[in-house]
Amino acid sequence: MAVIADLAVQGVQMLLVLLLAPLLTGFVRKVKARLLRRQGPPLIQPYRDLVRLTRKEVVLAESASWLFRVIPYLIFAATWVAASLVPTFRTGLLFSWSADLIAIIALLGSARFFLALAGLDVGTSFGGIGASREVMIASLAEPAMIMIVFTLALVAGSTQLSTMAGFLVSSAVGLRVSLGLALIALIMVAIAENGRIPVDNPATHLELTMVHEAMVLEYSGRHLALIELSGSLKLLLYVSLIACVFVPWGLASPNAHSGALAVGALAYVGKLAAGGFLLALFETSIAKMRVFRVPEFLGAALMLGLLATLLLFVSRSL
Amino acid sequence: MTVVVALICIAAFLMLALAAVIVGRSRAATAITYGGCLIVSLASLLAALAQLLGDTAPGSMTLPLGLPWIGAHFRMDALSAFFLAVVDLGAAAASLFALGYGRHEEAPQRVLPFYPAFLAGMNLAVLADDAFSFLVSWEFMSLSSWALVMAHHRVRDNVRAGYIYLIMASFGTLALLLAFGLLAGPDGGYAFADIRAAHLSSGVTALVLCLALLGAGSKAGLVPLHVWLPLAHPAAPSHVSALMSGVMTKVAVYGFVRIVFDLLGEPTWWWSTLVLALAGITCVMGVLYALMQHDLKRLLAYHTVENIGIIFIGLGLALAFKAHAMAWAAALALTASLLHVFNHSVFKSLLFFGAGAVLTATGERDMEHLGGLIHRMPQTAFAFLVGCAAISALPPLNGFVSEWLTFQAILLSPQLPLWGLKFLVPAVGALLALSAALAAACFVKAFGITFLGRARTAAAKAAHEVDRCSLAAMFFLAALCLVAGIVPGLLIDALAPVVEGLVGTRMPAQTGVDWLSIVPIAESRSSYNGLLVFVFMVISGTLAAIAIHRLASDKLRRAPAWDCGYPDASPVTQYTAASFAQPIRRVFGSVVFRAREQVEMPSPGDQRPARLTVTLRDPVWDALYAPISASISFAAERLNHLQFLTIRQFLSLVFAALVILLLVLALWP
Repeated sequence: MAVIADLAVQGVQMLLVLLLAPLLTGFVRKVKARLLRRQGPPLIQPYRDLVRLTRKEVVLAESASWLFRVIPYLIFAATWVAASLVPTFRTGLLFSWSADLIAIIALLGSARFFLALAGLDVGTSFGGIGASREVMIASLAEPAMIMIVFTLALVAGSTQLSTMAGFLVSSAVGLRVSLGLALIALIMVAIAENGRIPVDNPATHLELTMVHEAMVLEYSGRHLALIELSGSLKLLLYVSLIACVFVPWGLASPNAHSGALAVGALAYVGKLAAGGFLLALFETSIAKMRVFRVPEFLGAALMLGLLATLLLFVSRSL
Repeated sequence: MTVVVALICIAAFLMLALAAVIVGRSRAATAITYGGCLIVSLASLLAALAQLLGDTAPGSMTLPLGLPWIGAHFRMDALSAFFLAVVDLGAAAASLFALGYGRHEEAPQRVLPFYPAFLAGMNLAVLADDAFSFLVSWEFMSLSSWALVMAHHRVRDNVRAGYIYLIMASFGTLALLLAFGLLAGPDGGYAFADIRAAHLSSGVTALVLCLALLGAGSKAGLVPLHVWLPLAHPAAPSHVSALMSGVMTKVAVYGFVRIVFDLLGEPTWWWSTLVLALAGITCVMGVLYALMQHDLKRLLAYHTVENIGIIFIGLGLALAFKAHAMAWAAALALTASLLHVFNHSVFKSLLFFGAGAVLTATGERDMEHLGGLIHRMPQTAFAFLVGCAAISALPPLNGFVSEWLTFQAILLSPQLPLWGLKFLVPAVGALLALSAALAAACFVKAFGITFLGRARTAAAKAAHEVDRCSLAAMFFLAALCLVAGIVPGLLIDALAPVVEGLVGTRMPAQTGVDWLSIVPIAESRSSYNGLLVFVFMVISGTLAAIAIHRLASDKLRRAPAWDCGYPDASPVTQYTAASFAQPIRRVFGSVVFRAREQVEMPSPGDQRPARLTVTLRDPVWDALYAPISASISFAAERLNHLQFLTIRQFLSLVFAALVILLLVLALWP
């Protein structure tokens, strides 16, 4: 019986992230529009876009290979699996032990690896520019992320997200310098990984400034829908990750009753809304930086992460 | 028993080498030699696996060869059996590949005799149980591989590659010779059993460690001793490149592990700092060098340097834990390292086979002349893609597992009481993470420029899929990448006797864990399940595909590429290997390689094309090898006139030397 309940909770989590992801994207767009005194599209616009895209036929470039058609599904699978392994409203999910935080990061790395290949597949110059810039950004963002994982793992004594969240919600943590540094670094990495301003602009199609959009330029129809959905899922994943590790309050424990689960779900929606609002506020108040400024930005994140790890190596209480 | 089988296999390799000398020019020689090597290496692989999985007592054997008063000792313990398995697995795959690939060889008589000899040398080196046989087999391995590097000696670059390889190999053997001399002592025995029993002073062990790092490190490709590797590995025929990069470097790792973990006794704390610092630098430098290459085989060879760095990071951590009596942590670090030895031998061989297939199909190694091969060679492309994903440490393939274990070992290191390590280990962790991310970039480039996009030359456009034997070898290794990635617990358990023999304890057994997860320490701490990740990905990807195709639309139309409305028909407008690496070259290369870009822009109205010239400097060559080479030339220049003395002057020189020697003897206290 308990196994079936656990399975149900895991299933709910998988569906929840899938259904909420476009909503979060729509919410961020709406808030940004309101901050700019525009009306903005309705909240459910991303869902409409996805449905519309899946119904359209795919227009495939003549030089595209079989890999180009498989990659959207690969990216979607990797991102969805990663997103459903991050605790949202309850810790200790049935399959949470199948991948720890390092593996989740690596799954996102797989998605990016294939997306960059898709950029190169058709053999256009825009695809190439997107792919080469994406791997440059990733080559700094990924080590920064690993350093953040090191920091969290050394504080919590575990790389499992459930254990981490359980430890960080307990009173044993207190205020720590290393966690503060890790939070700043994680936000910087999250901005870069999701291609948000100031690193990349998700709304641009201005040739020389785009990174993510350049790689997916040749996609259309259902393939594009899957890639858009994966992008939303990735944004949701990072907001959930920050919420689960740094704001773990409200998360239901593994053997919680239904009341606690409801509280957890409400708290999760609240955290998403807060995260989305802050992101929109940040994006509207800053300008996009030049591509070759990005390494400095991410280098700073890497150094912050390294500093946080070093502090923990020197003293367990910092 | 198993050691006897292994030695018989080595004898069989040597017979095959002899046979190849005799029938080398005939038609059937290729099939006979490689077929024979395939069968013999499979037999030897079975013997090694029987020893390793049977977990039986080590078997040993003494043959009346070599130095008359000691004979040649051979022994197969768990460590030898593991490395023998790695060598013979690689050898079997390479032989299978060569059954097809070798038919395109222009001068088979230059390759066929040396190939079995090379295999025999590697097999002997891991079985040797005394210093003399070890050094002889080591040198035999070096020389036979040198002969294979020189197989295409009319190519200009290969001669230089062979020359540098010969110098570096002799230097490495010299360092190992001195190391074994010190280990044996002035009146000690050369058998490994005697060396283990002897007690050495701390000064001598320090010297032996440094010499082992120089000797084994130069063979493995530790920076700054790696210079020969990216020249020599690509110069050989591709199946031999695969063996040199995937397997021979592992024999070097074996040499290091044997000396430092087994023969040298208890480690001292500073050993690990030296190894870790070198390994961290090796990791990042290796992958940065690789990113700057546009020759596919050279890129792969440089990337071997990075993987050797990862392996040595694991070894360094194991040394640190062992020195501080944290045997369980040392077991984890050593398992991670040895698992990476296995994994790297699999995917690096696979990638070199892929490069060989591309070479056969197009005659090109330069990525700038390739492109679009996925349309012409879909099967090779698929196998190569699996290798690229595995080496980039993407889950659920095998490369990820060993890197994950290495990260877990790093996370244990705050418990080390030493201040130097407290600063060094996080830095090494950051270097490892950086090199993992750069490796992914490197293989996006390797696969994307070679196989994706549009064909850049007529040769690439006319490529054909390679023969069945080559494909079978590639698919076998690709399948191994996946299997080792989704059930890594089996491999970790197979490594347990090796690790126990070296650090005294083993990792917790993994085969009993539910769902075939791996749990290095405790489930609340960390666990990973490649099988479930794989199954989840397959299910969710398939579900998405079925749902969309059934419920929405499955229509598809081919059209010209969009490219923001400005598609260009010429394939020259695609990104090239150099332009793909440009952002990374700007970020890292301007510091490490002093990369300079020079733009030559003709004035308006001028008909000349614009040019962009990039210059890169190799920091290691400039700082280390160029001065050495210059000083040797200088000394040779100065001593040159000694050749042209008169007979009188020569005689007086001899007389002076005699007098000085006698004086020294007389005055010696």
